[in-house]
Amino acid sequence: MIESSPILSELESDALTELVNLGVSNAASSLREMVQEEVILSVPKVSIVTREEALANLGESEGTRLVGVHQDFEGDIKGRALLIFPEARSMELVRAVVGGNLDFEDMLELEQEALAETGNVLLNGCLATIANQLQRNLKISLPEVIYGRGIEFFTLTAQSSSSDRVLFIYINFAIKKRDIQGYISMLLDMPSLVILKQLLQAFIQRTAGPSVLSSNVVE
Amino acid sequence: MVQKVLIVDDSKLARMAVRRVLTGLHPSWVSKEAASADEALASIREDSPDFVLLDYNMPGKDGLALVIELRGLGAEIPVAVISANHQLEVVHRVQAAGATFIPKPLTEHALGDFLGGASASRGGTR
Repeated sequence: MIESSPILSELESDALTELVNLGVSNAASSLREMVQEEVILSVPKVSIVTREEALANLGESEGTRLVGVHQDFEGDIKGRALLIFPEARSMELVRAVVGGNLDFEDMLELEQEALAETGNVLLNGCLATIANQLQRNLKISLPEVIYGRGIEFFTLTAQSSSSDRVLFIYINFAIKKRDIQGYISMLLDMPSLVILKQLLQAFIQRTAGPSVLSSNVVE
Repeated sequence: MVQKVLIVDDSKLARMAVRRVLTGLHPSWVSKEAASADEALASIREDSPDFVLLDYNMPGKDGLALVIELRGLGAEIPVAVISANHQLEVVHRVQAAGATFIPKPLTEHALGDFLGGASASRGGTR
């Protein structure tokens, strides 16, 4: 489940995976209410990679046209959360969210709004759960819908280059009856990692009990 | 009466969290851990635990598949599936397979209900 990570310990990576799992699961339950269909989730994966490697992890070629909804967050930790799926399935997701009664023109008009709202429910829900569990406040930007090729989505700032390493988390989701699948992904810049490590240690202590740091060493 | 509990989760932290809640409720009970469905099957054969606490979302065979396999083998051991994914379909599938669904994060209250209820339905072995 966890790729080799030079900075987070195995237990810290575990804690991060668990946090993301909590966040995405909660958010998926909200999305399920919106689309009235089960949202199937994979096990989250956590790794420290370059943006290019992150994209390769998703199994997308650089040229694939994708739609993404992203929300940036800042506070003690800074990064970007994304909901990504192939552009070709975008209208199907809109149809699932707004219901099947609209004609195509109306749906086109609503597309941006529906995508933004879906992203907002999923990403905000996920980030809020994570922030609560870490007992920190995150300032979360409004959702923005972007169309383009994968690598563009993974750029946190204008200065960042594709060779910068990031903490990359992703989880696959699918709405089977609608034949929709995509990813929920999170990128954190490296300076955030030092703080995240401390927050994770505190989270581990709260979750597993105060004796954890001494008792789990031998296992 | 001391009972044996098997905790199954691919996440070590999640296993530790479950163990902590369990120990809070029943300090003298014995817990064992498994990191996958296959490890769990081996452990159940070897140790015949009294309860199994199971993660839903695991790489390879997931928790639901393990419940179905156990029931297929005729095992009547009480199983709780613990998951943050509380979508109706998931909860229904878990219940239909013959297990109890418990939402994550796990609380003493929810775990206590499961352990108490399962014991009572087996004739109060607790």
